[in-house]
Amino acid sequence: MRMSKIVRTGANLLYPFVLIFGLYVIMHGHLTPGGGFQGGAVVATGVALVIVAYSFEEVTSMIKKVGMKARESIGLLLFIGAGVAALAAGAPFFSNILANSGLLFGQTVPAGPNPGDLNTAGVIPIMNVAVGIEVWGGLAIIVLYMLSSIPEEGS
Amino acid sequence: MIPAFIVENSPALMIIVPLVAAFLSPFIGRISSTVRSIWVGGAMAVTSAIALILALDVYSAGTRLYVFGASAASAAIPPDSGGIPIRIIFEIDPMSALMLVITAISGFSIIVYSLSSERSHTGLESYYTLYLLMITGILGMVSTGDIFNFFVFLEILSLASAGLIAYRIDGGVAVEAALKYFVLSTIGALAILVAIGIYYGQYNALNMAMIAARMQFSVLDQVALVLIIAALAMKCGAVPMHFWTPDAYSMAPSSITALLVVASQASLYGLFRTVFTLYNVTLNAATVGWLLIILGVLSMVVGVTMAIPQKNVKRLMAYHAVSQTGYMLLGVGVGLAVLGNQSLLDAFGYMAMEGGIFHIINHAMYKGLLFLTAGAIFLRLGTYNLNRMGGLGHSMKWTMLFFVIGALAIAGIPPFNGFASKLMIYESVFVFNPLLAVIAMVVSILTLASFVKVFHSIFMGPALPEYAEVKEAPMPMLAGMGILAVVVILFGLFPGIVVESLIAPAAHALVDQGAYIGAVLGGA
Repeated sequence: MRMSKIVRTGANLLYPFVLIFGLYVIMHGHLTPGGGFQGGAVVATGVALVIVAYSFEEVTSMIKKVGMKARESIGLLLFIGAGVAALAAGAPFFSNILANSGLLFGQTVPAGPNPGDLNTAGVIPIMNVAVGIEVWGGLAIIVLYMLSSIPEEGS
Repeated sequence: MIPAFIVENSPALMIIVPLVAAFLSPFIGRISSTVRSIWVGGAMAVTSAIALILALDVYSAGTRLYVFGASAASAAIPPDSGGIPIRIIFEIDPMSALMLVITAISGFSIIVYSLSSERSHTGLESYYTLYLLMITGILGMVSTGDIFNFFVFLEILSLASAGLIAYRIDGGVAVEAALKYFVLSTIGALAILVAIGIYYGQYNALNMAMIAARMQFSVLDQVALVLIIAALAMKCGAVPMHFWTPDAYSMAPSSITALLVVASQASLYGLFRTVFTLYNVTLNAATVGWLLIILGVLSMVVGVTMAIPQKNVKRLMAYHAVSQTGYMLLGVGVGLAVLGNQSLLDAFGYMAMEGGIFHIINHAMYKGLLFLTAGAIFLRLGTYNLNRMGGLGHSMKWTMLFFVIGALAIAGIPPFNGFASKLMIYESVFVFNPLLAVIAMVVSILTLASFVKVFHSIFMGPALPEYAEVKEAPMPMLAGMGILAVVVILFGLFPGIVVESLIAPAAHALVDQGAYIGAVLGGA
């Protein structure tokens, strides 16, 4: 069953903003409240919004379960990969080898107040991104599976 | 011989390998199911090998620390933390190493078995992913030195187990069993979380060694102790919190049931670790020791008496698992009851603990073997109902042999491993309190009686016409059972060597709280 045109248009308008807000929370996880899980959950609410507004058939043609499952696995692998990279560099598992290294996310935080430098904290933002991808896929899968067991109206 | 890199990083690698393999297996399964079988089998073999390498290293070179995310794997206390070990630390002492050995052997033989027994089922990508997550959970639980990390791995294990119990939906019955397990596990995990909160609030630390060093045994600590004992005794299936075991054990696929046995032992390990390492002599050893003894005796008696009337072979074995858990609680409980009294410990306390701990590894081997034989019978007959079986000795000779080995081992008949550990428990517990030893022996006799009945109704008698087509179980399943059977026999033939090299160090490591604390905090 699909909702009225007003709801669908509203969902269309809101969807990119929900997505961007979720990605913002993920990317700023090491600076502001929130992080990978919270941001991923916000992104997944975007998926839920689409599911509420459109019928199940339309949604499953837009959002594939396989794709969401792949996101889940890729997120988890990225997370472990960030830990294994430390092993490869000769440090114990999960060492923050990128922090203060000058490479990706490797800028040293200057002492004193600063406006919030995104390019800091080493592997922590990478892990936030990994968790964000994983939660996005995981929660979307849960919503999709729960929905797929609800019988269509009239059937 | 073995690269130093692997030995140094083995605590991390044994977690990394199954995790990576688990999350890659959905992708690899898309290539073909054969490739996936090789992939998960190989990953499990590597994991087992790493766990065994680590265990060997711990037995030869002493307790190993692995500090995650530090500058060096042994840097337990960061220089700027004020003497508090803030990072997640894996601390593997001989007791943990023993659990690693159990998990390595069982995990490998069960996956060899699964490759064949689950071949024709759907949803295999989730099966292997969850299987490897279970292995990760068990390995993490038994190696971690951080109590919050213990909770995390316990949750990984519970979630993966619940998924696998429901794996064969079976008209919703399996889902019901899984839901029961899941709800109980969650309640248990929340109780543990509250206990962890209590420790953290009092001692500002989550590291077990740190908490142990600061332990005051205040009223709050007593509350935490009760919460942890209740939760973990429930997870290991001790009476009166055993009611999930028959359902979960009988509805899960047999390979998973065999792994659930190991998972229960990991919870038992957590219980012993809490009592001995976190509290040790600060608690009232006699009271808590007797509490464990009573839990153990109840489990032994109720488990075996409930097992006798069962018609479903896996339910019957599940009740026997409850009963055997009682022996471990009894043995270690006696050791705990005399903790702090060195002369009594030397007289019989250590021996009782060694018996109890030896029974953990023996139980994981023969119980796993029995559940696997039940799975082989189910694969060929499609039923667990004892009344509908008979005459299988004509067609499934190897399965019968493995069943006999497992049944004699669980009943404590020489020369199998169950006899060795039960004899140690009888002898030492008799000195402590003769009545307990008598109960233990009676339970053993009832176990034997029960298995004679089961053996007779499954394998004896004329070949039944409806099972004329029944063949022997496939080769990989026999290989999986064979590994466990060989271990059962070897441990039974050479118990002295096993006790001296594996069990006694584990028992002494449990009692020696100072060494556990010293490994992290240094010097203490």
